[in-house]
Amino acid sequence: MQFTRRETLALGAGAALMTVLPYRANAAVEDFVTEFTGGADVAEGGVDLIAPEIAENGNTVPIEVAAEGASAIMVLAAGNPTPPVATFNFGPLAGASRAATRIRLAQTQDVIAIAKLADGSFARTSSLVKVTIGGCGG
Amino acid sequence: MASGVRPRVKVPRSASAGETITIKTLISHPMESGQRKDSDGNTIPRSIINRFVVDFNGENVLDVKMEPAISTNPYFEFEAKVPESGDFHFTWYDDDGSVYEDTQTIEVS
Repeated sequence: MQFTRRETLALGAGAALMTVLPYRANAAVEDFVTEFTGGADVAEGGVDLIAPEIAENGNTVPIEVAAEGASAIMVLAAGNPTPPVATFNFGPLAGASRAATRIRLAQTQDVIAIAKLADGSFARTSSLVKVTIGGCGG
Repeated sequence: MASGVRPRVKVPRSASAGETITIKTLISHPMESGQRKDSDGNTIPRSIINRFVVDFNGENVLDVKMEPAISTNPYFEFEAKVPESGDFHFTWYDDDGSVYEDTQTIEVS
């Protein structure tokens, strides 16, 4: 089988795209982060994210987020078909910037929490959760 | 409207002024994610509660934007400051426009 110059170039472009694709999934998460922070710098740490190390059932994984004085905390699941999980906005009568809920995880993945702190800066933390049975049906 | 939606809220009956209390809420709802397929291979359309708001005497405590990744029968646990006696007002907003509400009274001694 002979390749023309044009076909060879197309193959090369295809191969290059294949290597880029896995990063695209991460890029989607970064897009949501940018949307939340408005492009501001995000410091590591400063947010507490309590999630189990191993979740037997991905349909209901208990998580808890807390960040002292935070006005909002966003939770993302990097390996879900749609990464956003929830955004908690704390009002003036919130006792502490802390909330617990139960989420779905499709597979073993990083859960990410990003907090908007009282001084307007942002902090993030992530936690790897191993999922035995995925929680997306199908 | 998703059938059989019933909110359940746990608020202490009384507290002292300025105390921080823990509130737990649960609402029965299928939270259909829009990712699942039925036996014929057709995608089941998304039907979730997309927002949950808690107010105390008209002042905001918590406002949650919910996505399909929240589990069936959404559960929330959080903390609230109670400056005076009054009512906690809980509101859940469904994708189909339904609004589910609950009110709990707390006495400050």
